[in-house]
Amino acid sequence: MGLIYTLNGLYFAAFLFLTSLGLNIILGVMGILNLAHGSLYAVGGFVAAFLIGLMAGGPIALTIPAAFLAAIAIAAAVGFVLETTLLKHMYSRALEYQLLITFGILMFVEDAIKLVFGGESIYASAPMDGMGAMNIMGHTYPKYYLFVMLMALLAGACIWWLMAKTRLGIMLRAIEMDRDMAHAMGIPMRKLSIFAFALGAGLAGLAGAMVVPTTPAVLGMGMDPLIMAFIVVVVGGLGSLKGALLGSVIVGLTRSFTIAYYAEMEMPLLFLIAVTILVARPQGLFGQS
Amino acid sequence: MLEISKLKKSFGRSTVINDVSFTVQENEVVALLGPNGAGKTTLINLISGHLRPDSGRIMLNGKEITHAPPHVRIARGIARNFQITHLFEELTVLDNVRNCIFSVQGKLGRFFKPAGAYKEATEEAMEILATFSIDHLAPELGANLSEGDKKVLDTAMAFALKSKFLLLDEPTSGVATSDKFKVMDTIIAAIRKRGTATLIIEHDMDIVSDYSQRVLVLAEGVILANGEPEQVMNHKRVKETLFGVFE
Amino acid sequence: MKYYLLNPKAAAYLVALILLLLLPQFVSGYHITQVQIGLAMGILALGLNLLLRYTGVLSFGHGAYFASGAYAVGLLNMYFPEHFSFELSILAALVVSVIVSAIFGFVCVRHTKVFFSILTLALSMLLFAILEKAYHFTGGSDGIRIPMPTFFGHEFEMRKYPFLIGPYYYIVVGVFSAAVLTMLAIVNSPFGKALQATRDNEVRAEMIGIRVKRHRWYAFVISGGFAGLGAAVWSFSAGHITPEISMWVFSGEIVYMVLLGGFMIYEGPIVGAILFTYLNLYAKATTEYWMLIMGATLVTLVMVLPGGITGGISSLYTLLKPKKS
Repeated sequence: MGLIYTLNGLYFAAFLFLTSLGLNIILGVMGILNLAHGSLYAVGGFVAAFLIGLMAGGPIALTIPAAFLAAIAIAAAVGFVLETTLLKHMYSRALEYQLLITFGILMFVEDAIKLVFGGESIYASAPMDGMGAMNIMGHTYPKYYLFVMLMALLAGACIWWLMAKTRLGIMLRAIEMDRDMAHAMGIPMRKLSIFAFALGAGLAGLAGAMVVPTTPAVLGMGMDPLIMAFIVVVVGGLGSLKGALLGSVIVGLTRSFTIAYYAEMEMPLLFLIAVTILVARPQGLFGQS
Repeated sequence: MLEISKLKKSFGRSTVINDVSFTVQENEVVALLGPNGAGKTTLINLISGHLRPDSGRIMLNGKEITHAPPHVRIARGIARNFQITHLFEELTVLDNVRNCIFSVQGKLGRFFKPAGAYKEATEEAMEILATFSIDHLAPELGANLSEGDKKVLDTAMAFALKSKFLLLDEPTSGVATSDKFKVMDTIIAAIRKRGTATLIIEHDMDIVSDYSQRVLVLAEGVILANGEPEQVMNHKRVKETLFGVFE
Repeated sequence: MKYYLLNPKAAAYLVALILLLLLPQFVSGYHITQVQIGLAMGILALGLNLLLRYTGVLSFGHGAYFASGAYAVGLLNMYFPEHFSFELSILAALVVSVIVSAIFGFVCVRHTKVFFSILTLALSMLLFAILEKAYHFTGGSDGIRIPMPTFFGHEFEMRKYPFLIGPYYYIVVGVFSAAVLTMLAIVNSPFGKALQATRDNEVRAEMIGIRVKRHRWYAFVISGGFAGLGAAVWSFSAGHITPEISMWVFSGEIVYMVLLGGFMIYEGPIVGAILFTYLNLYAKATTEYWMLIMGATLVTLVMVLPGGITGGISSLYTLLKPKKS
C-alpha cells in the first residue's frame, strides 16, 4: 500500500503545486497575500465543470483541453479585471487594507459564482471515467491521477522557463527582489503587475479545473485549497519555485500518509508543521532570507 | 567611567570597527571625529547596545556591559540620541519625553492610571522641554514638527534618560545654521550642570574646539589620534584624512 | 478617578450608557439580542484594536482567542455542569484565552508586518484543526450547546429568551462598560504610551529602555484576554459554539468590524462591531446573496472610506468646522 499512498501523496502535491504557484507569484511579485485565490480556483472549477457538462458524450481528447483552457482564460480574465479595478490601488496601502480587499473579493466572487452557475453542485467526471484505470503493481489506479501529475510538472516547467529564461521573467524577479529598484530601472510595473496577477489567477483556475473530474464543483470549493496552498508557501518559502515544488511534495505526502494511518491528525499536523517552520525559519525551507 | 577595549565589529566581509580601545573619564566631553564611513555611528550603536560587537569589551563604571541588552545599559546609565531622528511620531512631543521619564522611573509597565495623571513625570518632562526651548510644542504630534525641532526633541529624549554617560550623534545636524550654537550651548550647559560624561560626534570643527576637552579621530575602523583638540588638529595623518591637507 | 470626571469624553460615555440601559424600553427583544451580540463583539474588537492601532501589528487569527474563551465556557458546562455559573464561565474564559494567547503570542511577537499576520493566521487554524478533530473532547464540528448559567448562586426562573432580553442584557451592558473603561485606561497608561512608542519606532523604543518584544507580548495577552471575555459574553447569547470561530474567515470578519468602525479612533471598533452585526443580519435576511453584499461593502470601505465610519464622520466634522484664521 505504501506505493499507493505515495502516489496519492504526489497527486495531492500536484494540485497543491498548481494552486500554491499562483499564490506564491502574486505574493512575491505584488507583495499581497491573496485571500481570494481560492475563489479564482473555484471560478476555474465551475467553468471547467460547466463546459465538460456541455460537451458530454464528446471525445475527451477535445473536452479536456477545451475545458482547461477555458478555465485558465476565464480565471485569468477575472484576475485581470480585479487587478485593474481594485488591486492596483493597494500596493502602497497598509497591510490591513491589502488583506481585507482580497477578503472582500473572496466573498464577492463566491456569490458571483452562485449567481452565474446556480447553487447546485456540478458533476463532471467524464474525463476521469473516460481515461480509465491502469494496473500498478497489482493495484488499479486511475490514469487521470497520473495525468494530473504530468500536467502539474508541465505547468511547473513552463513557469520555470518563463521566470528563468525570458526577459519577462527576469523583470518579474527584479520586482520581487526590490520593488523600488525595479521601478527606478524603468521596468513597466503596471503591465507586469497585471500580468503577474492574471498569471497567478490562471494557474489557480487550472488547478480548479483539474479537480472537478474527481470531485464535483461545489460552492466554497476553494476554501480548503487556499489554506493548503498557504501552508505550502509557508513551508516552501516565498518566491521560490523549487520551494513551491518541494513544499507541495512534503505537504502532499504528509496528507496522504496521515489520512491513511491517523486521519484525525491530518490538519493539526499540517498546521503544526507550518507554525514550526514560521517560527524557526520564517523565510521557509527553501526561501532566501 | 567608560572603558572600551579591543572592540571589533564586521558586517559580512567588511570590518567596520577594528581593534578600537579608549576611555572616557567622568565629567569629560570627548568629540569623536572621522570621515564618512569611518565607523562612528557603528561605535555608538555598539556602546548603546543597538549592535553587539564580534569581540572586545565595553565596561561602564567597572561593570561589563559588552553583551547587555539595551534596557540594562540604560538602567546602568547610558543614553543616546540619533543622527537621523528617531521619534515616536504619532505621539505628542510631551509623550515622547515622558516615555523616557517613565523608563527612568521604572513605570513603563504601569496600567490603568493615565500617563497624564503622573504629575511628577509630566512636570519633569515639561522641564526638559523648557530647557531645550520646545515646551510650546508639547501638545503637537512628533510628525508635525519641523526638521530642526525634531532634531532638538531627539536630543532632549536622550537627556530625559538622565544618564551618567551620553552618546550624541551629530546633535546639530539638521538644525538651522543660525541655531546651531544656541542648541549646542543648551546641550553643553545641561551636560555641565549634571556632570554627564559625553561622547559626541560632530563635523563642525568650531563646535569641536569650542566644546570638547578631548578629541578622538576614527578612520577606517581604527583610532588615528586621541588627545587635546589643538594637538589632534595638527596631527599629520588627521589633517590628511579629515581635511584632505597633505603637507 | 478625578481624571475621568474631567475628561470631556465622560459625559458622552454617560449618555451612551444611559441610552443602552434604556434601550429595552424602546426596541423589541429581537433588537436587544442583536445589540447584545454587537456589544460582545465590541469587546473582541477593542481587543484586536489594541494590537492593530496601538501596537501596530495585524492579527489575522484573533478567532483563536475568541474560540479559547468560548470553548472554556462550553467545556466548563460539558464537564462540570454542577459548577456552571456566569462568574466561573467568565473566569474560565479569561484564564484560558490568556494562557492560549500567552503561548501563541510568545512566538508571534518575534515578527511584525505580514509575517505576524501569517503566523497568527496559521496558529488560529492549528487551534481550529484541534477543536474540530478532537471531537471526543470538544464535540468536533457539531460544537457545544451553551445553556443558561446561574449568576452568583442565583438561578433565573425563566425561559432562555426572556432571560437573554431581560437580566442578561443588563449583565452584558455591565461587562461591556467595564471592558471599554479598562481598555481606555490601558491605552492611556504609561504602558499604553510605551506600546505606541514601540509601534512608532521600534529602535528608539529599545533605546529608551522599553523591552519591545516583551511589551508587545503583554499587549498580545491583554488583547487575547479581551477576545476571551467577549467570547464568554457572546457564547450565552449565541447558545451554541462551533470550531468555526477559530477559522481564519471569522478572524477576517473581526478585522472587517474594526475597519468598518474605524481603527484610528478608540471607540471606532465598538461602532464597527455593532454595525457589522446588523449589516450581517440584514444581508442574510434580505437576500441569498448576502456574501455579495458583505464583500461589496468591504471593498467599498477599503477603497473610499479607509478611516471607517468614525473616521469618515471625524473628517467630515473637520471639513465643516469653521476654520480658525
